[in-house]
Amino acid sequence: MTPTATATAPSRRRGIPGRRLFDAIAGPHGIDRYLEQISPTLVIGECRAEVVAASRGTTDSVTLSLRPNRAWGGLRAGQFVQVSVEIDGVRHTRCYSPASPEGSGRELEITVKRHPEGLVSNFLVDHAQPGMVIGLSQADGDFHLPDLRPDSILLIGAGSGITPLMAILRTLCAEGHAGPIALIQYAPDPDRTIYRQELDSLAAENPNFRLTRSYTRAPGAGELDGHFSPIHLPQADPNFATAETFACGPPALLDAVRGTWANGLERRLHVESFVPPSLSPIGEPGTGSIRFSSSNLEVRNSGASILEQAEQAGIPAQSGCRMGICHTCTCRKLSGTVKNLLTDEVSAAPDVEIQLCISAPLSDLVIDL
Amino acid sequence: MSTTTESQIPLTPEQIESFGEELDAIRQRVLADRGESDANYIRKVIRAQRGLEVAGRGLLWAGVFPPAWIAGTAALSLSKILDNMEIGHNVMHGQYDWMNDPALSGKQFEWDNACPADQWRHSHNYMHHTHTNIVGKDRDIGYGVLRMSEDQDWKPYYLGNPAYATLLALFFQYGVALHDLEVERLTTGEAKLADKRELISGIWKKVRRQTLKDYVIFPALSGPFFLFPLAGNATANLVRNVWSFTIIFCGHFPEGTHEFTEEETENESRGEWYYRQLLGSANLSGSRPFHILSGNLSFQIEHHLFPDLPANRYAEISTEVREICERYGIPYNVGPLGKQFGSVVKKICRLALPDRKGRGSAQLPPAGLEGEEKRVPIAA
Repeated sequence: MTPTATATAPSRRRGIPGRRLFDAIAGPHGIDRYLEQISPTLVIGECRAEVVAASRGTTDSVTLSLRPNRAWGGLRAGQFVQVSVEIDGVRHTRCYSPASPEGSGRELEITVKRHPEGLVSNFLVDHAQPGMVIGLSQADGDFHLPDLRPDSILLIGAGSGITPLMAILRTLCAEGHAGPIALIQYAPDPDRTIYRQELDSLAAENPNFRLTRSYTRAPGAGELDGHFSPIHLPQADPNFATAETFACGPPALLDAVRGTWANGLERRLHVESFVPPSLSPIGEPGTGSIRFSSSNLEVRNSGASILEQAEQAGIPAQSGCRMGICHTCTCRKLSGTVKNLLTDEVSAAPDVEIQLCISAPLSDLVIDL
Repeated sequence: MSTTTESQIPLTPEQIESFGEELDAIRQRVLADRGESDANYIRKVIRAQRGLEVAGRGLLWAGVFPPAWIAGTAALSLSKILDNMEIGHNVMHGQYDWMNDPALSGKQFEWDNACPADQWRHSHNYMHHTHTNIVGKDRDIGYGVLRMSEDQDWKPYYLGNPAYATLLALFFQYGVALHDLEVERLTTGEAKLADKRELISGIWKKVRRQTLKDYVIFPALSGPFFLFPLAGNATANLVRNVWSFTIIFCGHFPEGTHEFTEEETENESRGEWYYRQLLGSANLSGSRPFHILSGNLSFQIEHHLFPDLPANRYAEISTEVREICERYGIPYNVGPLGKQFGSVVKKICRLALPDRKGRGSAQLPPAGLEGEEKRVPIAA
């Protein structure tokens, strides 16, 4: 699962006494480049986590317990983190929403579901094991429980969009929340229902928690049938009109939910979009647009190299050899697909460095320039 | 070569094109094959460097005991050599950018050298690697102080060539640091000091930080015995300076390497560019540890053909490159360190004096392919 927002929070530097002296002594590489040689999680300026448990409930998913290092600043129930793993020498980063409750100590829990084409999800489902160290960002995102807990709460989740809701639900149950909590869980069928047993027992233990399931491919198996519809609401939660509502799932669910919470109700609605990680499409050369994010400029793609297009737009891009040798023009591609003009290699992954002078766009692009 | 009339490639345009394609194919293959083993390799070298540095500084802290001083200085010298050559130089070329690891990003890396990394990237990655051995454009030819080519007109100043070279070797990191300043163009008035403020402030900051670390903080940690780490650190810097000077000067200046004029290299094709890189570079033969300590610049030819391929691949590529050169009749300059450096020293001394008649510049290699009549100028 992948929240569409991207984290921007830099790793926080804790106030380590004498940090400046340490950095002067450890310069120019910095103290972390030495500490990581002792243990990769010993670094102080960068968040990393060790996998302490990996349980595979199904062949298609793995639930990881992570122990972050001291750089970790904690998270609020519902927020997401970016997880980085190295596969065949290349670092890849994806967003995951931890399902662990707030204030549960330092450990985090994330569930990774296998996507047929997903490089990172397949790698983690197949290879994650205790002892493995992964990169972690600080928690980010506005989708979380307010500090002043609302009395009445409605949660709507579909598929793996249940994860941040699980963090919210677990937090409320652990805090002994007294107000009514309702959850409508959308899943294909009972076998493909994430957190099924735990939700059932939470519902049995907490009389104020009302659990309703709607199966989209198993009519009659749950209390409700089919995808989200406003008519599900009265049956699932008598307080739905006044409840603070948190919805997470694929775009279709969120569109339906937003349509229902209109006309002044939207201030009680919080949504987070979960879509499977998808690579940018490959288009025709010379179509689409290029957005230079730092310059806040967007140009129509002319088909020329990105360096030439940046220069034509008046952006003072650094450059040197203009033939792919010197790497002076290297920039981060935040999203989109490009073709390497020397090798014809196509790069569709987000957040990777490319050489502007020998790259041409094959789709809409966002470049950090 | 020194005059344009001589500047002919003993290959037909078709041959030079297929020569370029063969080299492109090598590059392509290695690019597709990069992966975990390359990542493991550079991390292993980094681990060794960090270990040697910590051990070296630890031993020098107790440097009042002679065995500790000797071992500490040796370890720190090796650490600085690895840091500059196999790690810094290669990482800053972007050889490991594909790993997407911020700690190995060519644009962000900083090294233990007086030259600020961003200035190095400009003077080396761009200026030197794009304009390799073009007299007047490649400032690595003599670093603005030496006469390393007949194409540089002789002046009485150059009588000091051997002395300048010795000084440059001893203080090489500062020579490299001043590289982008173009001091010789400042003295002739071609460049203005006012335009160089930013560069000077960058160099000053970097030198200050490095001086503070090597010559103040670490010696101070030894209290009354501060002189021992101070001397050890100075020696390690000196060893690194002389070593990198030696390796780098063996890369482009042994007998048989060629220089080019700007006119010759206008509108070069990719094949012609490869050809110039080949003629302008020379390799060093040696053992695997020697190659690692040279930052694999012992494979200067392969490095100049493919500056952004991971350097640990140059050894395997070199047999193919050599075979291709043999087939096209292009000279492949390789020799042991002693021989290559000897010829560099000879050149430094010879060029201190005015050119004698009949002893001009190196000639272009003879036509490599028998019966080949047609030749094209390098910038056809």
